[in-house]
Amino acid sequence: MRRAIGRRIRVVLSYAVLTATAAVVVFPLYYAVATSLLSPVEASSYPPRLVPLQPRFQNFAQAMRQAPLARYLFNSVVQSSLVTVGQLATASLAAFAFAFLTFRGRHLLFLVFLSTMMIPWEATIIPNYLLVRSIGWSDSFAGLTVPFVATAFGTFLLRQFFLSIPRDLYDAATIDGCGNFRFLTTIALPLARPALGTLAVYSFLQTYNQYLWPLLITSNPAMRTVQIGIAVLRDEERFALNIVMAGVVIVLLPTFLLFMLGNRQLIRGLTAGAFK
Amino acid sequence: MWKEMRRLGEASLYLLPSLAIFTAFVFVPLARTIGLSLYATDPIGRPAVFVGLGQYLRLASPTFLNSVQVTFLFVLYVVPATLLLALALAVLGNLRLRRIGIFRGLFSSSIAVSGATASVIFLLMYNPAIGPLNYLLESLGLPTLRWHTDASTALLSVALTTIWLQLGLNTIILLAGMQGIPEEYYESAALDGAGFLTTLVRITLPLVSPTLFFLAVVDVLAAFQTFAPFEIMTKGGPIDSTNTMVYSIYREFYFNGQYGFAAAQSVVLFIVMLLLTILQFRVLEWRVFYQ
Repeated sequence: MRRAIGRRIRVVLSYAVLTATAAVVVFPLYYAVATSLLSPVEASSYPPRLVPLQPRFQNFAQAMRQAPLARYLFNSVVQSSLVTVGQLATASLAAFAFAFLTFRGRHLLFLVFLSTMMIPWEATIIPNYLLVRSIGWSDSFAGLTVPFVATAFGTFLLRQFFLSIPRDLYDAATIDGCGNFRFLTTIALPLARPALGTLAVYSFLQTYNQYLWPLLITSNPAMRTVQIGIAVLRDEERFALNIVMAGVVIVLLPTFLLFMLGNRQLIRGLTAGAFK
Repeated sequence: MWKEMRRLGEASLYLLPSLAIFTAFVFVPLARTIGLSLYATDPIGRPAVFVGLGQYLRLASPTFLNSVQVTFLFVLYVVPATLLLALALAVLGNLRLRRIGIFRGLFSSSIAVSGATASVIFLLMYNPAIGPLNYLLESLGLPTLRWHTDASTALLSVALTTIWLQLGLNTIILLAGMQGIPEEYYESAALDGAGFLTTLVRITLPLVSPTLFFLAVVDVLAAFQTFAPFEIMTKGGPIDSTNTMVYSIYREFYFNGQYGFAAAQSVVLFIVMLLLTILQFRVLEWRVFYQ
């Protein structure tokens, strides 16, 4: 009996600690959402209003109207989708070669791929910026996407997955006259769907959240991405806090949906890739 | 011989798309960065005068040395705090309770937030006049701060934003690591009468140490590369107190047109990051408990 009461107290205490911790961790996000629902007067009042008593949903419509947020969103989604599709394609091809084909220099080439993970993006950014500008790719989807459509990390992840496909399956298919490319598209890729899903979620999040590169190569508002757009929105005096936060919430929405849908998949894939 | 050529030919078809992109946007640019660092450039970034190591000699300037110091300080603020907090969150999220999944989701939610949006949110929280953080300090009877606009607290303000931003990924990966620990370990510990703390120190921590090591590497590299919060919150100021190496590179080539000088800084950054990665692997590897 005493032990049962002791356990009960421990459980209640645990939930109290969990709730308090979660409140602190999530506060910035809560603050963004709460502020996005305030009226202009409430948003600039002190002490700060942390609970919108009469939520103003028209703030979101106003944010969309006052800045080309829809255009920014469109640009970001197109950019991220193109990079994602590109990475899936290039990484599955390369991973297939590393996992199934035997050829001279395979290990060396694999090291060449992995070495790109050791080179920080900043070490290459000046020539890349000069290149993209000189070939007229500033303010274009080509400039926003092409430099990112190959991925060493993705190749590594998919290769690990392909290696778990029994070699016998490949040999049997080859004897039956199945070509390499057909084996890849009809057998290997469908089997690797979980790994492809992980890579897709990962590269979409990464690209959607890019900041430095789009900042360098886009200056035309029609080609800005949401991350640049939201920083610009914040700098403009005519926007009240509540409208800026409404913009922030709109920008956060796609990645949050993706996080909720692909969360489990992402963790499983990333941890498998990181430790095996 | 012929067969080997054919094999290589076919493999290269599969590897070519990736190799072409890596060559054009990673390997050639890296070589060009090194090349550029040996030149003084014209206003549109073309090498004009060969200066040898001249640009590197300029790195001895107080401005650049300051940015190196700021960068290391920033890493020191961000990485240990992130790891400790994420460890605490993961331990909490690993409690065997009903509905714990909700808390795990909340603890790791910042993974979906970008550097740019986090910066805008924190900027408003730091607002000296109407922000909630100063209100909190005031309610506790503490003096209020000027956060990102004061040279003595600006770097800490950016660090706080970055810690929060990194917390999600760290927590998620640590939780995944903890879930990989076999149940029997905990069962036999419970049979031996081990309490919560003993179990944590003797079982959980040693077994997640490879994960912690991996995260330490990831976090140091991420801290070195942090850019959006600096650009959005402080622009390197006040009085260069947040002028990190990455921000300095951006400022030198994008605003000052000093491509050669910025390239020399990039080479230094590249070498520092490479050495750090190698060092971390060497030093930490033998301390880590592998199953």
